[in-house]
Amino acid sequence: MKALIGALAVLTLLTSGIANSAEPSGQAVYEKWCLPCHRAGQVGSVQLQQRYKGAIPAVLTERTDLQPALISVLVRKGGQVMPIFRKTEISDVELEALATYLTKPTK
Amino acid sequence: MILPPGVSQRRFTSALREFEQIVGKEWVFSSDEDLGTYRDAYSPYWDEKIDRIPPVALCPANVEQVRAVLKVANLFKVPLWPVSTGKNLGYGGSAPAHPGTGVLDLKRMNRILEVDDKNHYALVEPGVSYFDLYRHIRDNKLKVWIDSPDPGWGSPMGNTLDRGVGRTPMQDHWSNVCGLEVVLPNGDLVRTGMGAIPNSKSWQHFKYGFGPYVDGIFSQSSYGVVTKMGVWLLPEPEAYLVGNVTVPKRDDVIPLVDMLSYLMNTGVVQGQTYIQNMLNGFAPDLLALRAKPGGASEAELQAYADTHGGYWSLALPIYGTKELVAAKWQVAQRKAAEIPGARIEVQRSYDLPMPEEDALKLDSPCEVSVPSLNIFNTVAMPMKGNGHMFAAPVIPMRGSAVIESLDVMRKAMEDIGCRDYMAVPASTFFARSLTILVIYPTYKDAERNRKSREALKHMVKVCGEHGWGDYRAHASFMSEAAEAYSFNNHALRRLHETLKDALDPNGIISPGKAGIRPRNER
Repeated sequence: MKALIGALAVLTLLTSGIANSAEPSGQAVYEKWCLPCHRAGQVGSVQLQQRYKGAIPAVLTERTDLQPALISVLVRKGGQVMPIFRKTEISDVELEALATYLTKPTK
Repeated sequence: MILPPGVSQRRFTSALREFEQIVGKEWVFSSDEDLGTYRDAYSPYWDEKIDRIPPVALCPANVEQVRAVLKVANLFKVPLWPVSTGKNLGYGGSAPAHPGTGVLDLKRMNRILEVDDKNHYALVEPGVSYFDLYRHIRDNKLKVWIDSPDPGWGSPMGNTLDRGVGRTPMQDHWSNVCGLEVVLPNGDLVRTGMGAIPNSKSWQHFKYGFGPYVDGIFSQSSYGVVTKMGVWLLPEPEAYLVGNVTVPKRDDVIPLVDMLSYLMNTGVVQGQTYIQNMLNGFAPDLLALRAKPGGASEAELQAYADTHGGYWSLALPIYGTKELVAAKWQVAQRKAAEIPGARIEVQRSYDLPMPEEDALKLDSPCEVSVPSLNIFNTVAMPMKGNGHMFAAPVIPMRGSAVIESLDVMRKAMEDIGCRDYMAVPASTFFARSLTILVIYPTYKDAERNRKSREALKHMVKVCGEHGWGDYRAHASFMSEAAEAYSFNNHALRRLHETLKDALDPNGIISPGKAGIRPRNER
């Protein structure tokens, strides 16, 4: 009976989130945590457009001027309406991968 | 740093060493830099002496660690404020109600334990976000919908425990809870409902189990740490139609809301909608009319409505199979046509499932189960501040209450000269009632924050005096919200305190949550 119930049950078991691999993908971190606000037309991009008035791209992945230190400060301290992201959300290793990804000349 | 009440630095340091033994040194945060990530990013007390920055944050990885942490917290009298994903922006973020309370960050407990698309439920841990659950369902091609609130970065657990809402037919999140696992303040582990049966086969199938039904005492509560939650989900609908009804006269809101009440209570209309006063827009001629000395007269407003499409507007969301949606829309049109002068039309209509890229173009993709942060385009853009905070009074689902509340709330803000706020129209968060979300900006500036705080407190007080209590409150204003619930000289507060004293005599879980203070703080 137990086996029958087990066979009939529609179960999916897994863990969520980004795997804690030794080398997390900066792009995966960006897409999980940044993209919902920083895709074109979303609040993060619109506010950057308002601030820089087109002098530099509003979408982060199109920027070539970003520095790792600035990315780290914004993630850990927030900015304007952008909230703070904690180490249980974006670990230091993931933050480093994110900074590497966003500061690469081509992404 | 503000230490827990009555705890010396030496005792606090000893407690930290004990916590490190349980969760690991790297998951006990006590540096100013790390604790800064647990402050309320939208704090109305930003950088003021009483800004709510915790003295420690602990991040257990599993239930056994939670149990062990609570035992140490009792021993050293270190209070902890559990958070799931710790968003809750506008209601206090991850920061505790009182400075001196640590944060119990449950984000690492992030397993989706089960999703069943035949009986339509999920079993999740606290750290699972709506994005996580959505991606899991999408990637596994399961035929079931989540109901995300507008910001999708929160958690089903946290939002539901705070009795939050979404936009689909499952929008009243607490009503869809089926089974909890709770660590009580003394470290004991309880499963509610059918989960109390060892090897239960129906924990997420039947809510009530046997005996007194206790799940409710763990919502908006400080009586335990919920570590697993069963939530019912919606079978993926085949179609979604949004109708729209516009009525011409001010008093038409009375039959309009009566119609809405009937359609919602019969299940024809399901999901979140709101009573839109079409004269609360931002058209230049309308703003000029309202800005006249002494304000616009009712006759002038009615004349404006007569030439600009109507006075009130109401969207009617309808979900279901294609046949049901068509039939429900027929019913809705017939009922709306009973209101003289009503204009009835289809606003939008979709076959489902909708491609994700199309859903993300909606103002609220969560209408079709896709979590996003699109709401920040609506809330953050027009507001002046660096953040925002909410008051959320509840009124009856009656047209007369809509008119009265709008008048009372507008006057309340005029009386104190407050123009720096935004009121969302009366919305159908919960059955048989309407909720009016009032949004105040927060700043990185003490004086402007003071004005915002005073305005919010005044609004909560005035609404309470009219019998409209808040359904939920910002962590900084929970006592103010609780003040309205004062029948029989605060009999409800006494009951809450009796439960608190019985379950948490040392007051180590979330002091101040929902305005409930532990014995040592009363």
